[in-house]
Order: sequence, then structure tokens, then C-alpha cells
Amino acid sequence: MSPLPAGLAPRLVSFCEELRSEGVGIGTSELLDAFAALEAVPWTREDDFREALAATVAKSQEDRRVFELLFDRFFFRAAESEALERGIGEERRYDGGDGLDLGELREAVRQAIADGRDGEMRDLARLAIAAFGRRGEGSGVIGVDVQRIRRTLGLQSQGRGADGSDVELDREQINRFERHLRRELERALIERTEKLPPSRPLAELDRALPTSPAQDLAAVHRAVTQLKRRLATLGHEQRGRRRGAAVDMRRTMRASLDTGGVPLKLKYRPKHPRRPEIYVLCDVSTSVTSASMFFLSVLHALHDSFRKLRSFVFIERISEVTEVFERERDFRSISERISREGGVADVSGYTDYGRVWLEFLEEIVEDLGPRSTVIVLGDARTNGREPHAEVFAKITERAGRTFWLNPEPRLYWNYGDSVMSAYERHCTAAFECWTTRHLEGFVNVVAGGTPLVEQG
Amino acid sequence: MAASPPPGSVAEVKQSLGEVGYLADEPAALVAYLAQRLGKPVLVEGPAGVGKTELAKAISRATERQLIRLQCYEGLDEAKALYEWNYRKQLLRIQVESKGDQPPSDPVAPGREAKDASGVLSNIFSEEFLLTRPLLQAIAATEPVVLLIDEIDKTDQEFEAMLLEVLSDFQISIPELGVIEARTHPIVVLTSNNSRELTEALKRRCLYLWLDYPEVEREMEIVRLHAPELDERLATRLVEVVHMIRQLDLKKPPSIAESIDWARALLLLGADDIDSSLFARTMSIIVKHRTDMDLVAERVGMKLGGVPDLSAEAPG
Repeated sequence: MSPLPAGLAPRLVSFCEELRSEGVGIGTSELLDAFAALEAVPWTREDDFREALAATVAKSQEDRRVFELLFDRFFFRAAESEALERGIGEERRYDGGDGLDLGELREAVRQAIADGRDGEMRDLARLAIAAFGRRGEGSGVIGVDVQRIRRTLGLQSQGRGADGSDVELDREQINRFERHLRRELERALIERTEKLPPSRPLAELDRALPTSPAQDLAAVHRAVTQLKRRLATLGHEQRGRRRGAAVDMRRTMRASLDTGGVPLKLKYRPKHPRRPEIYVLCDVSTSVTSASMFFLSVLHALHDSFRKLRSFVFIERISEVTEVFERERDFRSISERISREGGVADVSGYTDYGRVWLEFLEEIVEDLGPRSTVIVLGDARTNGREPHAEVFAKITERAGRTFWLNPEPRLYWNYGDSVMSAYERHCTAAFECWTTRHLEGFVNVVAGGTPLVEQG
Repeated sequence: MAASPPPGSVAEVKQSLGEVGYLADEPAALVAYLAQRLGKPVLVEGPAGVGKTELAKAISRATERQLIRLQCYEGLDEAKALYEWNYRKQLLRIQVESKGDQPPSDPVAPGREAKDASGVLSNIFSEEFLLTRPLLQAIAATEPVVLLIDEIDKTDQEFEAMLLEVLSDFQISIPELGVIEARTHPIVVLTSNNSRELTEALKRRCLYLWLDYPEVEREMEIVRLHAPELDERLATRLVEVVHMIRQLDLKKPPSIAESIDWARALLLLGADDIDSSLFARTMSIIVKHRTDMDLVAERVGMKLGGVPDLSAEAPG
């Protein structure tokens, strides 16, 4: 359509370089696609430009998030450095800013945010900065100023307007206004100091991983869905495959073509996979506090995927919580109920693995069989108590497979009161696991795939 | 290569999609446009029921191309996706050919057999005995088509690898026959519910589009497009309730299709407002899990009952 201007290509390449440095995997083929795509859309329209670029280089939601953050910053900086070079300054006068009182401004900002009109938000952001500057509260640190202005304007999600009318504001919408504020402040700073601030890696800005439980839960659920599929079909290849196998006529006939229509090779129908029985034991003691939220969400997700699943939580004693998970849907109420009714802490609140194994064995032993999979989530820190590894061995003997997920880095295993090696010996496999990434790694290994590269 | 000329602009695509009943937002229209201009496959991801499959269907309607659909599932293999030899027919041919001849020699040594019957063998592995499956159909079609590979995340990674040849070069290699190249350039749409990460190799070959639940306004338009007789006030209310439900942590949030179904159901019932009793009766159209229903009834149903007329209070 419109040929790309000459200066754009090196810009795009360096933009992609920057994306790569933030961990977005962009191959040369993607770069070429990006150029092809940009030739097909009018590059002068920002929306089209951005979407076309995103469709070719950002291939997951996470990539897209990074892309959005970087796109704004990169082209903003590029434009600003160009402006500096050529000595173009902006007439920095905010007409009407003097007469405006804060209340009016507040309402106007609210309205613009609620309507989501970008241009207006930008103008109002400038007004707000100007009004704010006159009050002499600027700290000079952009992040601090943004928060102060936001507070002055009384911007909160679900906030009430000054006159009581409820203009409901999304977090997302407020964040958009904040971005405008931040950008305008940066622009002002660049003009004042006449140089660009050093570019920092994104991690320091706001690339924090999604921490709200909802998003984490989604990721955990995804990993567990994979786990389900793998567990359901795993381990049947080895066991008694030939016994009672049914001949697959269609495939046998097909294979017979090689031998002129004489069926020499028999093809068998795959056996129906058996449904796995899963027992999950989850440590919820204080030594794994940070991980237990994660573990509980793993449990939560497991319950969604497997019907034959029994879950237990333990500290000093063990307690079955299958029912809690089946009845409650809301993750928060589950964790509350478990801490209230679990009855797993006796006196000290320290984990007693030995006792837990004894109790588990006593309660469950008849149900365990070669189809059972036992998954233990815990740090194997016995607080100096008897580990009863021989009891654990009995459990693993009866169960088909046993996996141990440890929330500590492998480096710390067997240091202090951790007796991981005593248990690990009896497990089918043990993994370090405190992020969804690890969980996916675990799933991959269980699935017989290649293990993920160890991360530091 | 294609019979119909590629569209000239994004707006054109958006309009033509709109004409066949699909209201695309900017990114979707742009990616659909790029897919036709660049001839690259599109990978569409997003939660269930946001119109991923519908997008492919709409593109096929808008471009007046035939839609060839490959529904993916676990254990899908090339015999069902690419091609298969029609062994019955092949057997028949072998038998016909060997009639009159002396009985076939001992088949234990297939090498010798093949030499003896090389004429037969080269014959029975010809296109005449090939059963085309969706992918081969799309490649071999004389008219340009839209190929929809639905729910690619349901298959194994091995299957993805098999797709790569089709997606990047639009060709299929059949060992006995050679390479079959595309006569026309199909528009390929892959959809995924994001239930597992797709391989990098596959993503590299595709344009990427993330579809999410639409904004209130856009969903309003969609609902009113599909249920035009519905009162505007009621439609607003309906979409607001659906959005409220999507905010909850549900096993399966209501999809766009379900909002439309609900709108049609309300029309049939002749409802003029959504109150808590009507909601309780018709809730099963949009919420499909028992536990979800309990939660929705508790959170949303009560709100509807408590405030007699919510829609009057929260316009715009």
C-alpha cells in the first residue's frame, strides 16, 4: 500500500531487539512478516500499525503484554529523542488551567476516564499536572508524582463522584489515565533536562507477573489440564499391552497392502486408558506458607480435572479435605475453611512427616493399588522428628507411582532438617516446584517429554 | 493466485464481515485483512465462546469461499486429517490384476513381490486410490477455500509438527505419490482455547489474534444483530447481567452465543424485564454447571431481586 519510509526499518529492528531482550522470542521470519504486514496497512495510523506489528511478533498474551509496554515506551522515546535533536520544544501552556478549580477538574477527569476517550484523557492529564505543579507539590520523581496526582484527584476504582453520582471506574481505565500522566510527566522532564533518561529493563517498571489469585489460578488450571491428559494415558504402554488386545481391522488391512493383500502384520486397537486414582497430600504448615497458597491452588485445579481424587492436608496430623473442595467453588472460601476446620495442627504447628505417613497408611492403605498415583506437596522438613521413611516406602510400594513436589530449590534439599533424600529414594520422581512454570515442567516430565531447562 | 482479489483496506474487510453478520473489532478485522493480503495462517486464541470459530465462518461467507473444517481432538492422526489410501479399492485392484495370472507368489518376500507386480503397485498408489481428508482437500481444491483447523490445542504436539508443512508451504508430501502443492492459496484459520501452550514452530508461521469477551457496547450490537426484535432496554439489561456473571469465578463463563440464545429465549417468553424470578427460570441457558448456578443465583439473582429497576440507574 504505502511504502515504508526509509528510516523505519532500522527502528523496527531495534524495537524487535528490545522485545527480544525482554524475552519475547522473535525470529527473523517474524521480522520479515512484520515488514510485509506493515506494507499492507497504512503505517500512518497508529492503531493499525500497532495491531499489525503485534499480530506478527507477539504470539501469546504474555508477549502481547510486554509488547504493549515496550511499544509505548520505545516510540515515545524515539519521538522525544528526535524532537531533542531537532530542538523542537512544545509550547507548554495549558489554557484554561488557571481558572479551573480542582473539583471541576476532578469531575472532568472522571468523566473522560469513564468514557475512555484517549485524547481527552491526555489533555486532562496535562491540565492536572499543571494544576498540580502550581500547588508546588511536585516531588520530581515521576512515580511519586503520579500517585500524588491520583490521590489529589481522588481516583479509586468504584469510587463515588463528588456529587454522589456513581461513576464506576475500572482499575484498567484508571491505569490508562495513569499511563497518560506518566508519559506527560516524562515528556516534561525530558524537555527540562534536555536528555533522555537511561532506558531500563522492563522488569523494573511494571512487568510484575500477574499476582492476583484469579490469574494464577488460570495458569495452574492449564498446567493441571495437561497433567490430567498425560496421567490418563500414561503407563499403559508397558503393562500387559498384548493381553486381550483387539485387532484393528482397518489398520491391519492397510498394513497388508505392503504384502500384496495378505495380512501378515496384525495391528491392535489401543486399549482404553484406565482412569487414574490420585491421592494428593499437601503440607500446609508455616515453613511452606509462601508455597501453600500455590499448592492449594494446584489442589483446587486438580479437583476440577479428576473425579477420582482424594486430597489431604497435613501439618502434624493428616486430614481429608476432598469434600471441602467438592462443595466449595470459590478458592478463597476453600482456603479459609481448610484453615478453620482442617484440624491438622496439634500443639506445636510443626510438620510431623513420620506421624502423617503412619496416619495416611492406616487410613488409606487398602485403597492404594497399582493404579494409584500419590502426589506429595511438601518441603520434607521434619523439624527433627522421626521421618519414618520406611512407612513412606510402604506407601510408595503399594501405590503405582509417587511424585514429590518440593517448594524449595533443589540446592536446599537435605540441608538443616530436610530429609528429602530419605523420601526421594522411594519416589518415582521428585521435583522442585513453586511456580506454574515448574508445574508445567513436572507435567512434561510425567508425560515423558524433555524436562525444562533448570532455572536459577 | 486467489480468484477473488484481496481486499484493499481494513475497513473494507470489517464491512464485509459485518455484512455477513459478524461484528469484528479492530484487531480482528486487521488480522483478517492481513491474512488475506499476506497469505499467512491466523492463530486465534481466547476463551471459549467468543466467536473464534465464527470468525472463520464469517471470513468464508464474506469471501464466498467454501469452508473446509478440521475439528481436532485427542488422537487425531494423519489418516483422518491429511489423506488415506483406499485399501478396499486397492485390494480389489490387486485381485482383478492377479486374476488370469498364475496365483501370486509367496508373499513372505515383499521385495520380490513388488518387483513382480511393480506395474500393479505403481497403479494402486495413484490419486485414484487416495481418500482426501480435510487438509488435502483444502490444498487440492480448485477454487480457493477457507480452511478452519478448530481447537488445535486438543491435539498432540506431534500433530502440530505435521501441520507445519501445510501451513508454511501449502503442500503435502505423500511418500508414494510425491508432493502435492496447493493449486490455490487457502485462508487458514487455527483456533485454540489456550488449554495448552502451542509450539513455537507453529506460532512462528501464524499471525496471532487474541479474542476476548467483547465490551458491553459491542456485545449489545451483536445481540441486537442476532435478535433484532429484542427491546433495546432489555438488551442493555441482558448484556449487563451477562457481564456481571462473567466477573464471577465460574467454571464456564457464559459465551456470546449463549447471550444470544438467552436473548432469543426472552423474546419467546415475551419478557419485558429481567427480574429475579425470570432470571432463576432462564438462568440455565447461560450457566451450565450446577456449582456455577448456585454461585450465580446467590450473587446475581439476589441483586436483581433487591433493586427493582437497575437498568434505569446505571445508563452509560
